[in-house]
Amino acid sequence: MEFVDVKELRFLNRVEWIGSMATGYAIRRNLYLDSVFLMQVAKRLSEEPGIEQVAALMGTEKNKRLLVGMGFENTEILSAGPNDLIIALKGKSPSSVNAILDNVDAWLLRKPSGLDKSVSRTLDQALVRQPHANLIVISVPGDYAASEARRALERGLNVFMFSSNVPVEDELSLKRYARERGLIVMGPDCGTAIIAGVGVGFSNIVRRGPIGVIGAMGTGLQEFTTLVHQSGSGISHAIGTGSRDLLDAIGGISTLSALEALEADPQTEVIALLSKPPGAKTLVLLVERINLCIKPVVTCFLGIRKYPSEMDIRFRTTHTLDEAAALATQMAVGKPAVRTAIGDQELKTLVARERARMTPEQKYIRGIFAGGTFCYQAQQVMRDAGLVVHSNAPLDGMPGLADPLRSVEHTLVDIGADEFTQARPHPMIDATLRRERILAEAQDPQVAVLLLDFVLGYNASPDPVGDLLGTIAEAKLTASQRGGFLSVAASVCGTERDPQHFQEQIRALEEAGVVVLPSSAQAALFSRMLALSLQA
Amino acid sequence: MAKDIKHEIERANSEAARRMVAADPVLVDIAPAGEVIPGFKDKMVLHSGPPVDWQHMCGAQKGAVIGMLLFEGWAKSKDQAIKILEDGAITFEPNHHHQAVGPMAGTITPSMWVFVIENKTFGNRAFCRQVEGRQQFGDYSQEALQDLIRWRDIWAPALRAGLRQVGGLSLKPIIARALQMGDELHNRPNAASSLFANAMAVPMMKAGVPKEALISTVDYLAGHELFFLGLSMASAKATADAARRIEYSTVVTAMARNGTEFGIQVSGLEDEWFTAPAPPVEGLFLPGYGKQDAGLDMGDSAINETVGWGGFALGGAPGILSLVGGTPEEALSYSREMQQITVTTSPEFRIPALGFEGTAIGIDVRKVVQTNILPVIDTALAHKDPGHPIIGAGLVRPPLECFRKALLRFAEKYGLT
Amino acid sequence: MKTELEELLQNGPVVINLGVREFAESLQGQGVEVVHVDWAPPAGGDTEMAELLDKLL
Repeated sequence: MEFVDVKELRFLNRVEWIGSMATGYAIRRNLYLDSVFLMQVAKRLSEEPGIEQVAALMGTEKNKRLLVGMGFENTEILSAGPNDLIIALKGKSPSSVNAILDNVDAWLLRKPSGLDKSVSRTLDQALVRQPHANLIVISVPGDYAASEARRALERGLNVFMFSSNVPVEDELSLKRYARERGLIVMGPDCGTAIIAGVGVGFSNIVRRGPIGVIGAMGTGLQEFTTLVHQSGSGISHAIGTGSRDLLDAIGGISTLSALEALEADPQTEVIALLSKPPGAKTLVLLVERINLCIKPVVTCFLGIRKYPSEMDIRFRTTHTLDEAAALATQMAVGKPAVRTAIGDQELKTLVARERARMTPEQKYIRGIFAGGTFCYQAQQVMRDAGLVVHSNAPLDGMPGLADPLRSVEHTLVDIGADEFTQARPHPMIDATLRRERILAEAQDPQVAVLLLDFVLGYNASPDPVGDLLGTIAEAKLTASQRGGFLSVAASVCGTERDPQHFQEQIRALEEAGVVVLPSSAQAALFSRMLALSLQA
Repeated sequence: MAKDIKHEIERANSEAARRMVAADPVLVDIAPAGEVIPGFKDKMVLHSGPPVDWQHMCGAQKGAVIGMLLFEGWAKSKDQAIKILEDGAITFEPNHHHQAVGPMAGTITPSMWVFVIENKTFGNRAFCRQVEGRQQFGDYSQEALQDLIRWRDIWAPALRAGLRQVGGLSLKPIIARALQMGDELHNRPNAASSLFANAMAVPMMKAGVPKEALISTVDYLAGHELFFLGLSMASAKATADAARRIEYSTVVTAMARNGTEFGIQVSGLEDEWFTAPAPPVEGLFLPGYGKQDAGLDMGDSAINETVGWGGFALGGAPGILSLVGGTPEEALSYSREMQQITVTTSPEFRIPALGFEGTAIGIDVRKVVQTNILPVIDTALAHKDPGHPIIGAGLVRPPLECFRKALLRFAEKYGLT
Repeated sequence: MKTELEELLQNGPVVINLGVREFAESLQGQGVEVVHVDWAPPAGGDTEMAELLDKLL
């Protein structure tokens, strides 16, 4: 069997001047299209800039006579047959005619209509509908996430991988594959990103601005971006990397890709990097790279005990997320940030007020967190003052909880951890688990302060505060019926642009007698001060 | 390694789809099968579907074979025919092994006149017998055979004369037009049949076909709405065969059923059959018949779906969806669903109801297994026992097992297991 | 030459969403072009086939 190259046979474009008009035509051999459809094509073409006359028709004798009458006469058109499609154009300039002829087959395609209503069942089908896609958001079960991500990378898509429970070896091979091709894998277990002003996953609506942030912690990114917003600056991009990216098993592959991209990004002037402590080898590598960065970099490695000694002037370290946000803002706008922290004196006054009505046996902090980063950061805040806290997600050196369902002394629980969320919605969406836990804590007469976080933004509960208000009142009542007083400290991660009415959420908490602090770190600090003062 | 094979498959599948799209089927002759079909031997009966022997044939195909033995004069009676068949004196081979296809039982013997289609782009030929409503369904009565005899003695020669007068007839334009006139070219080839009759009437006159034969032939064409099915099947066969034997391609090059088994063939897997038991057809019955009478899925006509017509073009032919009690929306969704298991859509065969989207073309075995979306096939219904004409029509989907087997074989051949 | 990631940051996301529908809806609400995939386990949960498909598709 001989195979003719069809492309050669079928493509034939010509442009020339006839009179004062640029004329051109394209012939597609043996391409029969219905005349009604061709009239629609001609109408759309005639609406293009610089196009004066259009004919789109099959090369029948009658049609060819029509073309000759219009001034199109040459051997190629005349030799076309009734099954050959001819598109002939007259325009003001060769460029306007060429613009169409260069792309004539696209004009013969009909943009699929009403497809949004029908269902795509596979990535490839979705790509047919959206060939310009540049990002895939994957939230399928962990067993399937890696192979879907690989498929997406092979098709040139960046990956945002919300799915967790992905084996670390899969994460490594996906990230290596992506990095070789200039792509990024955000995740697995990545909850948050803001790309060019677009919030992906759990994210807040923040001002666009000069600060680019990379985070291996979802709520950490939310806290940082909202605090930058409240400080008066804004975010160019917030890039999640997944919680394991800076472990030595992965080596910071996505962090490095994100750093390079933000370094090259004209919108970004200052870069912030948020993570739990990187692996020892990865930290060295990362510091080396940060020191080469042409833009200033602020880091916040929550829970880290020791930085390497060699530190460049641009490499500024911070201890908490709110410090990181304040420093990055100051570096970006060149003046101190709008104050988002409350002063020491104010804190002391609040502590005194809250402890006044407590009984002598009340002494413990119980943190019931929706955001894992907040639980982790709060442990660091406690550790700084020598407080021992138990947690189901313990900070390096802190004791774990034997039973995650039962608090012991000072306890900070991450209700979003895997042991709670297997086959259940995340506590940022569904408050049921936090409600139950808060009421359980209220039964313990030794509890002095409940430490809570509320996360607003896309995909979070429509009313996170409202979900818990009744529970908080009930907990406070339980304590007061015992003759004690339960202090409740909270922070609200969000902005006034978020769908949940940021100010309303704060006001509702305050009306319920909750001490609302401007950041999660400060809510932890307040709780620490209260606990220490009760100890004394 | 893994990346390379994916790349090879994509490349091969694009080539397979390109060849299907570029195919240019032209009716070049109508002639006795024994004279034109390669490899025909004496006392041979070609049949639809994957290979099957007399013992394993379904009732309708047995009836059709008996009919062919009577038609050829190899037997004088039904009983004699059965004796010959049980003695093993007849050789059976699938049409697909001879570049041919046949509707329902698909039986072709040497004196049966067939359409000769040449794919002008690639030079390959394909053959199909004419469509009728009796013998191919297993009816071997005198009446049923009368139509075969008239086809052989009057209608086919008249059409051949007309065809020679015009030097062949390009079918692609007829097919493209018909798809825009509410045909899907399988259960509903009405518009195409009319277009074909229009194209042939004058040439037959010019060729000097005797008046009586001419009237009979034009009358036959005018009254035979399914006539073009034989031509669309031969065109589809010529189209699909051009995409055969492309290394690494996972594109399906044939789907065919013999009423006992459903079989598929895949471009990158030579001409191997991947079979599973033939499924039942979901459909409507003609008066006097019901579900209890129905045989299982049968016929080579799924070659039409293989190239994107039939069930794949249902969106443009909602009229026949009533066969399964469907709505126009369902018809559209069938066509869109098929896009999820194919390599591409046809730039030429467009459906107005789908906003002039092209028909889905190039079934990819991988995508079928991945999505569990099975090709949707329009079909007619035959009786489970010999001796009956058409009993109904409906829709059917192939067994997933055919595609699973093909994928496993693919992995084996290309060193992945 | 820009990397795919740099292009993403510069042009903003055009998204395919595989899994939780709400993620697609929140993106659509921001005016982002999104195609949602009504995902189901590949090969209907047939793991032998799914593993094979990972190598082939």
